[in-house]
Amino acid sequence: MTNSSWYGPRVSRRAALGLGLGVAAAPALAACGGVSTSGADGGSGSVSFLCTQFAPVEERQRFEQILSNRVTTAKVAYNTADGGVFASTIQSQVEAGKVQVGLVGGLHGELAPHASRLTDLDDLVTALADRGIEADLTDLSKLGGNAAKYIPWMQASYVVAVNKKALQWLPSGADPQKLTYDQLLAWAAAAKAGNGGKAVLGIPAGPKGLYHRFFQGFLLPSFTGGQITTFRSPEAVQAWQYMKELWANTTPASTNYDFMQEPLQRGEVLIAWDHVARLVNAPKEKPDDWLMVPAPRGPKGLGYLLVVVGLGIPRGAPDVDKVKEVIKALTNPDTQLDVLRQNAFFPTVKATLPSDLPPNISLEAAAVQAQQGASEAVLSLPPVGLGAKDGEVSQIFKNTFKEICLDRKPVPQVLDAQAKQLNTILDQLKVPCWKPDPAGQTCKVM
Amino acid sequence: MPRARRRRARLPTPILLIAPSLVFMTALFAWPLVVGVAQAFTGVDGPTLSHAQRMLDDPYFWPAARNTVLLIVVLIPLQFAFALTMALVLRERPRFSGLYFYIWVVPLAISDLAAGLVWLSIFTDRGYLNSVLDRLGVEPYSWLSYEHPTTVFLAVLIAELWRATSLVFVIIVAGLQGIPQDYDEAAAVFGATYWQRLRHVILPQLRPSLQVAMILRTILAFQTFAVAQALAGRDFPLLVGETYHWYNTLQNANVAAVIALVVLGASMVTSVAYLRLLRDRTTEVAT
Amino acid sequence: MSAPAAVRRPPAPAATAPPRPRRSSRRRKAVLLQLACLAITAFMGVPLYLITLAALSSRAALNRFPLSLLPTDLSTETMSRFLDSTGVVPGFVNSLIVGLSTLVFALLVGVPAGYALSRYAFRGRDPYQLFLLLTRALPIVVLSVPLAKVFLTTNLYDTTYAVTLLHTALALPTTVLITAAVFVSVPRDHEEAAAVLGANAAQAFVRVVLPQALPGIAASAMFTFVMSWNEVLGAAILTLNQRTLPAQVLATLADSPLAYRFAGGLALVLPALVFIAVMRKYLVNMWGTTLR
Repeated sequence: MTNSSWYGPRVSRRAALGLGLGVAAAPALAACGGVSTSGADGGSGSVSFLCTQFAPVEERQRFEQILSNRVTTAKVAYNTADGGVFASTIQSQVEAGKVQVGLVGGLHGELAPHASRLTDLDDLVTALADRGIEADLTDLSKLGGNAAKYIPWMQASYVVAVNKKALQWLPSGADPQKLTYDQLLAWAAAAKAGNGGKAVLGIPAGPKGLYHRFFQGFLLPSFTGGQITTFRSPEAVQAWQYMKELWANTTPASTNYDFMQEPLQRGEVLIAWDHVARLVNAPKEKPDDWLMVPAPRGPKGLGYLLVVVGLGIPRGAPDVDKVKEVIKALTNPDTQLDVLRQNAFFPTVKATLPSDLPPNISLEAAAVQAQQGASEAVLSLPPVGLGAKDGEVSQIFKNTFKEICLDRKPVPQVLDAQAKQLNTILDQLKVPCWKPDPAGQTCKVM
Repeated sequence: MPRARRRRARLPTPILLIAPSLVFMTALFAWPLVVGVAQAFTGVDGPTLSHAQRMLDDPYFWPAARNTVLLIVVLIPLQFAFALTMALVLRERPRFSGLYFYIWVVPLAISDLAAGLVWLSIFTDRGYLNSVLDRLGVEPYSWLSYEHPTTVFLAVLIAELWRATSLVFVIIVAGLQGIPQDYDEAAAVFGATYWQRLRHVILPQLRPSLQVAMILRTILAFQTFAVAQALAGRDFPLLVGETYHWYNTLQNANVAAVIALVVLGASMVTSVAYLRLLRDRTTEVAT
Repeated sequence: MSAPAAVRRPPAPAATAPPRPRRSSRRRKAVLLQLACLAITAFMGVPLYLITLAALSSRAALNRFPLSLLPTDLSTETMSRFLDSTGVVPGFVNSLIVGLSTLVFALLVGVPAGYALSRYAFRGRDPYQLFLLLTRALPIVVLSVPLAKVFLTTNLYDTTYAVTLLHTALALPTTVLITAAVFVSVPRDHEEAAAVLGANAAQAFVRVVLPQALPGIAASAMFTFVMSWNEVLGAAILTLNQRTLPAQVLATLADSPLAYRFAGGLALVLPALVFIAVMRKYLVNMWGTTLR
């Protein structure tokens, strides 16, 4: 036991020295608080812009290029965050009174819960009156209150992408650009039968998919003429019976699809409905193999939903004047056309579409315009004034789909149960209805 | 013992040693914990159980609870058996054991997202597994479809087994280092078979490491959802996935806090159970 | 040397002595062992190979069916695009700073606590362990807003310090518990022997106990660094312009095309792999000491 040599690993002096130096260096490095990852340290003179859009790598790079080209009054540090981090950041900063983000950009549904945390922008709206932003959008931006809380920045809609390979099963007499829902069903059924029992239609029914917008803005308005008030009307029962049949001819893998452009590119589906920004890459390689068509029509018309992305300023943000300059630059028609060209989001200001758009974007632009300009178009808006309950209302539509199509429960009972839940939420909020439901009354399911 | 007397003179040494960690955790988490947890039971007009009721009424809650428990009950014993096998195999020092060890530890470095991604690309309809089957002439199968819940569960099981066994493996290896070989050899000399040596010599001495590994792994298992979500979305709901869903998508921090408390409660209960069951009696008589 | 004093091999003719394993059965055992290793390596290694393959394939290759399992259509375009995107290199530096700092703090705070747990059966031992586990057992998402507020009010928001502090707190349970478990296997006699030889408590700890507990420390170092390297949510809510790599990149990857997700996944893994390669030496250099 007198052997005093240690029987552990012999850590050589050099190794120990190296380890010690490395270990001591780290806290020293930490002394500089970190290296900036957004190209601007958010300090003097730069505007911190937090946005939920343009997260994918390429879209982000293109948008940052547009920012540096078009926004000359201040350096903009662009940061993206997903919905949850976006909400936490705004809430924690405004409530703590230490706001570091100057400009926030998000979907209408992402800005809605923060109505009380955004500054009023009526003065900016008047300054931008000559840009020609539509009244519908400005109304939406009031978030159910009296003052505008965000400036509508970009808009988008949803269309149907069709791979020309699917045209072989198109029912005779049907025009893809002017489909009805019944024709769509017949087409999907013929395709499934002709493709050896494998369906070719897909919808984004994954966890982050936007399938609830299909029900809110397309299916129900087209069949019932309303979104909320007609939720359990006989026409709604008809609409969901139709959906059940359509689902039988849709690929079941849809419950895993969030974005439809990848299944389309891989050839897993040939016909898909989705948001324009989530379809835009599908025709990129070979635009001639693809068609982009407006959504189908139903008994009450062509229901379609508008997506709005807005720019807001959190309460207590630094350098508000600089931020307003940035907003003005972003709502410039040329800037917005740049965004359309690069990232497939449409302008909110009046701007004539140029003829040199990339082929996939011009395909989409044509479909969107045909949709909006159709004689029987029924404009639907995403829910207005629901605040933090927006997500729960969307969930009700998703649960309705799950119970009717996946769990195969009887339609009238499901609609009654879900209508009750919807009314519980709406009764708490007491907000007026929004398009396509008739305006004025407090919204509830009849 | 002089040491014991010295210890009682001022602050006992153990308290001094654990003080920094206590102070650190309290300073950082005390207030957020209180605020975050209070949300679970605070409504517009004061304390309320309405959020808990809401959570129980949600159609996804009970399936999520069931899936979480099922996953843990099936996965953890499998992982321990697997990790123990790996550690014992390496203990025999086969050739290339250094390389094997490295490859077996690598999944530890891989984030949940990347792990979910790679297993999704294996199991998805047009993924690697179906590619192999297709080349072999077998009809591809929809492993992850909501119509096939069994294969969805198996896929999640396999992916989690791959991702998380390395944690247990490393802890067991670290524990095995300290076990002297003499007892093992002595038992061999006296005629014990491998299994007997394993049961009576090695495993008892591995008990502290196994206890730690069980506690840590179970707590982390309650927390995992990223891989399951990547593979199956909401077809295979899990409790923490629901927490995130209520917090982010449904913007309801109160119900999210209730579910988080359920997870916390379950984790604490199992930890207490492990601490009791796997208690190392010998350290109880420490001076 | 406290080896059981007289354990010598009993003389060969005794009936209780096990027969020496024959050459062929030893070889068979070696072969079986290798087969087991290969099987396990196949399971653990194939997904890693597939990540690398997918990250380095061209985008068109990922859209084909059946997918090729061999590297036939390689292209570094996705990887280089990904590495060029904004903030990847600064994010890498930030992650490195945070990872190493977390390592240092977690070990400084956690190892003494682990020692205390292993040597002393003090009152409050179990509650202390449960308290440590509390922070790991609660989904941190519900703490997003209050936690961010704490750092906003102390002016630490959007610095690597904030993330370091959070990660240290998340790493403490593993560090304390694993080192405790390993310290238990270091016999007290060694410290007492060192005391007899004139060392004080600290010296005894550093020169006798610590080297033997190196595997446990290496294990917790591995876990701490890897956890910190991969942690997303905490880093995302506590920083805005000074982000770590996962906060900068992982959230955006979720919406990116498949090829980028693979490229990002691979790029994120590599530094952690390097760290593990360095640490494993300290983990496995003592496969059962024979000297006690």
